[in-house]
Amino acid sequence: MSAIPADPNVTAVSATPRTETNYLNADWSIKSWLLTGDHKRIAILYLVSVSFFFFLGSIAAGLIRYELTAPAGFILESETYNKVFSAHGIIMVFLFLIVAIPAILGNFLLPLMIGARDMAFPRLNLLSWYLFMAGGILIMGGMINGGVDSGWTFYVPYSSMYANSNVTMVLTGIFIAGFSSITTGINFIVTTHKMRAPGMTWFRLPLMVWALYATGVVIILGTPVVAVTLLCIIFERVFHLPIFSAELGGDPVLFQHLFWFYSHPAVYIMILPAFGVQSELIANFARKRVFGYHLIAFSSLAIAGLGFLVWGHHMFISSESMYQGVVFSLISFLVAIPSAIKVFNWTATLYKGNIRLQTPMIYALGFIGLFTIGGLTGLFLGCLGTDVHLTNTYFIVAHFHYVMVGGAVTAFLGGLHYWWPKMTGRLYPESIAKWNAVLVFIGFNLTFFPQFIVGFMGMPRRYHYYYFAPEFQPYHIMSTLGSTVLALSFIIPGLYLTRSLSKGAKASANPWGAHGLEWETSSPPPTSNFDQIPVVLDEVYDFDPVTEHEQDKAAQALEVPSYLSNEAKSAESEKEKR
Amino acid sequence: MAAIASDHGHGHGHDEALHHQFENMEQQNDSYIVGMWTFLVTEVMFFGALFLIYTLYRSMYQMDFFLAHEALNVQMGMINTFVLLFSSFTVAMSVRYAQLQKRGGVLAMLGITQVCALAFMVVKYFEYQEKFGHHLYPGPGFGSHPEYLHGATPNFAQLYFGLYFGMTGLHGLHVVIGMIVIGYLMAKWWRNSPMVTKDYIPTELVGLYWHFVDLVWIFLFPLMYLMPKP
Repeated sequence: MSAIPADPNVTAVSATPRTETNYLNADWSIKSWLLTGDHKRIAILYLVSVSFFFFLGSIAAGLIRYELTAPAGFILESETYNKVFSAHGIIMVFLFLIVAIPAILGNFLLPLMIGARDMAFPRLNLLSWYLFMAGGILIMGGMINGGVDSGWTFYVPYSSMYANSNVTMVLTGIFIAGFSSITTGINFIVTTHKMRAPGMTWFRLPLMVWALYATGVVIILGTPVVAVTLLCIIFERVFHLPIFSAELGGDPVLFQHLFWFYSHPAVYIMILPAFGVQSELIANFARKRVFGYHLIAFSSLAIAGLGFLVWGHHMFISSESMYQGVVFSLISFLVAIPSAIKVFNWTATLYKGNIRLQTPMIYALGFIGLFTIGGLTGLFLGCLGTDVHLTNTYFIVAHFHYVMVGGAVTAFLGGLHYWWPKMTGRLYPESIAKWNAVLVFIGFNLTFFPQFIVGFMGMPRRYHYYYFAPEFQPYHIMSTLGSTVLALSFIIPGLYLTRSLSKGAKASANPWGAHGLEWETSSPPPTSNFDQIPVVLDEVYDFDPVTEHEQDKAAQALEVPSYLSNEAKSAESEKEKR
Repeated sequence: MAAIASDHGHGHGHDEALHHQFENMEQQNDSYIVGMWTFLVTEVMFFGALFLIYTLYRSMYQMDFFLAHEALNVQMGMINTFVLLFSSFTVAMSVRYAQLQKRGGVLAMLGITQVCALAFMVVKYFEYQEKFGHHLYPGPGFGSHPEYLHGATPNFAQLYFGLYFGMTGLHGLHVVIGMIVIGYLMAKWWRNSPMVTKDYIPTELVGLYWHFVDLVWIFLFPLMYLMPKP
């Protein structure tokens, strides 16, 4: 980290400012939470609400899995099944994945990482949470009040003309939640451009910031398009304005184009911040400068840019012309390049690193494997010939769950554990968390790997019967078994993390010995983040492998857990002297 | 990686218009400007999708769109265009007066802008009323008076009017939002609030938004009202 300053006075200052009040205990009133402009509190508000929505979405997932254990189904009727998988998709996409990492970890970390007191627009940030909640409540209202059965993709003309379910209400909710996303994106972009601390040049930024910036770009370019597209369905249902009506000569496939123009980049809104978390975790737990910093940073931007040119690969079988298909297929293959750059660079970072196998690192290593499988199976689907066979089967379901759950959710859990001491000031129990990380990996693979096989064999997605092919049943049962394990492995962190809020050991400012501005302020940080705005002198990943190795050996010799930083150790020894 | 700044000019408490998260007014103003332009990018994408739909359908049904557009009242559209262009001028003037710290000038110019915006909406109201009266609003009963379709195929004319009402309606909504925002800005100027009087940037931001609303109309007007015969 910062070459320890020679001047003792400076050291004394740069040791964390031990103010007793922090952003959590500054004010206990409910009003102070609901009207806060503090990005850290808004992140906590998001954490609570997003966890709640994740819980609801998981219940829907559980219902789907249990239904599929029998070839003819046994707990849900066809109509109900449609509503359940729509609910699962809508909640998980719009109320969990798109917001989870950017709005929770991103909101919390971006100002801390660049050395700012807050986001550029704190009140806009708060507005974004209220819009999210308003959207979430409308979506929930629509689902409770009869449900919606059009899938999360809302293809016309079903959603605009035939669906008798609560499409309008749910779409309004998604529309409003979209603006929550837009305001977050604007905040990220302006904050990264204008709020960096003195000396924090673009190439000293943590890679998480690059990823969040790229996410912001995707959000502001994509979200308005889907907002207006969904608005067109609302227009059609409520005001009878025909936009996509095929019976009048309108083009329903145009809806798909506009929808996927956002919804493909949206997967990058979900995965790019996960890449950012991943870069931070790998660098810290390999105790090494991340390999190819510039390439990782630029590959985030490349993914953000290329992501807007590949939407047609969702539509290979929907009357798209062959030439369109060929072009979209080629560009889809190009996206594999920046993604592979990242995976190779993380792997290269591990080489000769001083690896510490702690919970966040286990998640990070799991991420590399799962994301690689998810990414490579994406190539099967981006390839015209194989896609015709695989599209609309469980293969595609398995593919995007490998990227979204194996990638985004794993990174989210890893990041949540990594920054938990900073967010709450408490340490989580390491051993149980470690085993749980392994459990996530096992449960996940058990759930989704069989789906690749059964999908390849021909199991269609969105069906709740497969009595025509009872040989699929073992795979479905395996998958349901895995989902049970996975559910358990999501409940356990919920329990021990909540428990750690009161019972966990107090965290020092930098329990990991990590580098980065967020670790230079106290845990949890004071409301204004830094007592004084820091001046940045060097890149964030300035790990020195030689000293890291020696530190580690010395720590082992002393039988002090290696993740205790020198700082914490010296503080302890000082206490003993007194 | 970081040391602590020995000292820096931090304006807490010195400047009422400076928010706590910023170091100085320059940073704050820059952030506002970047934020506003970023927001306008999202607005461009928002309307851009609609313009794309319009372009596609018009290229598919050129003749029917041309015939259907003859039902529109070009005079009214023209008046509205000039009203909005003039309001853009007055907004630009209000920003200039804000730079010169002339409160009276700002209020007068924003006031004229409000009148223009209101005039636009009133003209729009009469236009919509006429279309409703001619049964040109899409849905059941559309085209029940075929003489107003000018020979266009009813189905394709319905697509045209769907887009007409959708796009001009959303634009009108933006005008109304603009009126609310300008009203808020005027109230701040009226009360001499340091938030707006200290610096011209807040006025500039509202001005940028208003210019964008004008710009959308400058595209809508020729595309909807001024079609050449294909």
